[in-house]
Amino acid sequence: MSAAETTTQAAVTLQAEGSVARRQTWSRASRWILLVATLLGLVVLVILGIDNAIVGIPSLDWDFLSNYPSRFAERAGIRSSILGSVWVLVFTVILAIPVAVGAAVWMEEFAPQNAILTTVRLNIANLAGVPSIIYGILGLAVFVRLMELGPSILAGALTLALMILPMTVITSVEAISQVPPSIREGSLALGATRWQTVWNHVLPGAMPGILTGTILAVARAAGETAALIMIGAFTFIAFDPSLSFGGLFDSFTTLPIQVYNWTIRPQPEFRANAAAGIIVLMVAVIGLNALALVVRDRLRRN
Amino acid sequence: MALAGPPDGSDLADALRKRPLRRPGENLIVVALVLCAAVSIATTFAIIYVLFSDAIGFFREISFWHFFNPGNEWQTLFDPRSFGVWELVLGTVNVTLWSMVIALPLGLAAAVYLSEYAHVQTRRFLKPLLELLAGVPTVVYAYFALTFISDDVLLPLLGGNVSFFNSLSASIMLGVMILPIIASVSEDAMASVPRDLREAAYGLGATRLEVAFRVVFPAAISGIMAAILLAIARVIGETMIVAVAAGSTPNLSLSPLESIQTMTGYMLQVALGDAARGTTDYTSLFAVGALLFLMTFVLNVAAQIIVRRFREAYE
Amino acid sequence: MSIRVRATTPTDDQAREALRGKPAAEHKPSQNVAKPEGELAFSISDLSLWYSGKQALTRVGLDIPRKKVTALIGPSGCGKSTLIRCLNRMNDLIPGVTIEGNVTYRNADIYGSDVDPVEVRRRIGMVFQKPNPFPKSIYDNVAFGARVNGFRGNLDDLVESSLKRAALWDEVKDDLKKSGLALSGGQQQRLCIARALANNPDVILMDEPCSALDPIATLKIEDLMRELATDYTIVVVTHNMQQAARVSDYTAFMLTDEEITGQLIEYAPTETMFTQPADQRTEDYISGRFG
Repeated sequence: MSAAETTTQAAVTLQAEGSVARRQTWSRASRWILLVATLLGLVVLVILGIDNAIVGIPSLDWDFLSNYPSRFAERAGIRSSILGSVWVLVFTVILAIPVAVGAAVWMEEFAPQNAILTTVRLNIANLAGVPSIIYGILGLAVFVRLMELGPSILAGALTLALMILPMTVITSVEAISQVPPSIREGSLALGATRWQTVWNHVLPGAMPGILTGTILAVARAAGETAALIMIGAFTFIAFDPSLSFGGLFDSFTTLPIQVYNWTIRPQPEFRANAAAGIIVLMVAVIGLNALALVVRDRLRRN
Repeated sequence: MALAGPPDGSDLADALRKRPLRRPGENLIVVALVLCAAVSIATTFAIIYVLFSDAIGFFREISFWHFFNPGNEWQTLFDPRSFGVWELVLGTVNVTLWSMVIALPLGLAAAVYLSEYAHVQTRRFLKPLLELLAGVPTVVYAYFALTFISDDVLLPLLGGNVSFFNSLSASIMLGVMILPIIASVSEDAMASVPRDLREAAYGLGATRLEVAFRVVFPAAISGIMAAILLAIARVIGETMIVAVAAGSTPNLSLSPLESIQTMTGYMLQVALGDAARGTTDYTSLFAVGALLFLMTFVLNVAAQIIVRRFREAYE
Repeated sequence: MSIRVRATTPTDDQAREALRGKPAAEHKPSQNVAKPEGELAFSISDLSLWYSGKQALTRVGLDIPRKKVTALIGPSGCGKSTLIRCLNRMNDLIPGVTIEGNVTYRNADIYGSDVDPVEVRRRIGMVFQKPNPFPKSIYDNVAFGARVNGFRGNLDDLVESSLKRAALWDEVKDDLKKSGLALSGGQQQRLCIARALANNPDVILMDEPCSALDPIATLKIEDLMRELATDYTIVVVTHNMQQAARVSDYTAFMLTDEEITGQLIEYAPTETMFTQPADQRTEDYISGRFG
């Protein structure tokens, strides 16, 4: 072997030469190439954001926020769609979160380790991948038609609740599984029942994770359009939802639907309205994402 | 009977005996929790029932063969009406193809960068930022695809070669949307490749680039495959972007410059119109929906199986 | 003396400042360090290392002869693995590492500013504690180094000669397409040695190469080490004193005590070390009184 030949040389140089130098040049260049590729998507988003701000900001004033939709672009506003969004989301959370946390608690704390649990797990993982438009069809067939709720706030909230359920169950399961077993053992050893242990120790420990997951799910539901159009929420609404039990059965519109409505109008004036609506929507969505990060960090530290 | 002292003998045995009804409240709670978990199972059954019961109604009027025959058009608006779903499926394949052409190189590059090159702090900062791309409401991407990508960029650039509604503008935005899915899931797979393998390669005089692409990447390939399947499932099910920007003309074409219609695009179109219950238009919604559901179901299950195998290989 | 400081974060600097005043910095390097005869492979002087400000080596200095087997022994946590990883700059890959002092390989400063770590690792191969074949075929494992290096020559011959050198050829010659992971632990480790040999290195570093192997596989690797020492410089980290006594020409004993992390206690020809240790702590260790 030629290892023997090199021994005659007195000293060696360790500078990169020849093929190694070439390979190292590529390797160093690859760092920047890959970084540029990583940032490209974000750069596109920033460019779109700036373009959108230029188009949308001139329309974004108090009138825009407080007016109902209109046939005339300059008079149209997002009052009913913001109220509709808030109303639907509030009921979505009320309907989805207790069920999601309950399911997660059962799966992590009470369920027997058998085929049933495996089935439930697989089922939830699959539901998380079902397209939102399919949830819309489900809502249309079951809530709107079968239960005769019509395209109402309640039907919308039920549809969105089913849509965000798998995602919130998954994040809640994760949060609960991260509570150290020693806490459970400590509580059980003091004679607490399983439910007392869960209620007093496990759930408080899992709270940051559950809350973070909930906020992210709300962000997702806040931007959902297709499922709500499926149930028939693409309508002209020029009134505030009523703050009563009966209000649950009112028809509604939401901010993303309003943006969609303006986007597909052929008249160019409406483009500015859509852009302004997007600014409001993005502020809400980014705000919710940021809030989720803050909540997780704050509560984790405590 | 003794009144003082701890119970012993039969008293103790009695005190320790299991009494299923001692805490009825607690049992009720457990029942409630089981019901919560059952909601998810019920949802699945409801989806399957709703889709397939109306789809069966559809297939009573339109034959299976007619539906899946690649020679038939999708022409539901005027006579002679024709329900060849192949045109819609190809529309979906069209946007999937082009969005993957855009997202795959960028997403994998991002995964390699985050896993093999980036500092811990850089990764901690960059990854959530990248994941924000998946959190942008799709109606926002839809607006950008139509007004910015198509109207402001593609039309001036390509002129008459591209139609106003085109698959490319939708595909570009779909690509941006799924970029974080590919990047994030692939990065997880690469991060779980054992450190040993990297050290072995560095020890043999490999550069960072060679370690990344000749060792880590092949070792994580099944995780990367799963990421791609999940991303495809997401594209196939996405509605708003394609409904707004890709057009509404079923078209047997894989060209990115033409106007097409996807399965989801058709479904939204039916929902926006007012198809009367029981008509073929109405039931076709469920037939297309059932097909869409099956496609995403297969992709998701395949991705889960691959991920599970991959975990077993390295944990 | 050339000094190389690679501080990655201010906290590392601060932590090192804090450590400077402590006895570690005033530590006098050991007097019981032999000067090997003949040509040298490595010359290490005054080498200290910190992982994120935590000291792992303290002013280590020794010379490692060419074409001999040098063993690094000592109880766990003594810094022997850290030291061997300084010799081919594997420590560079750990974030937050700081290295001071001087390591030369045949008169070339390994940590010189114009030195390329890839060149270093190409000449100075490494075999790790746990056998770590790539999840590829046996053939592809051995050919990996040659392929990344753009080897122009007969790859089949190189794979064959490397596997023969590593005493693995007869066992795998009919199965070169089989996955490297399908081999037994001892075979995997010899595959890793073959993989390193295929790069035509000058030095082979072995970081506890037998710790995951059974006694028979261990003996095979030890025989191989003796045989390879005719052509290669071998540095081996081991926690097994008998192994050091069996295979090595020189032995370095390292220790971490209450005050000083990763210090060199004694370095001598193996026979001298095991028959007449100069330091009481060496004697205690090799006679099994601690560690």
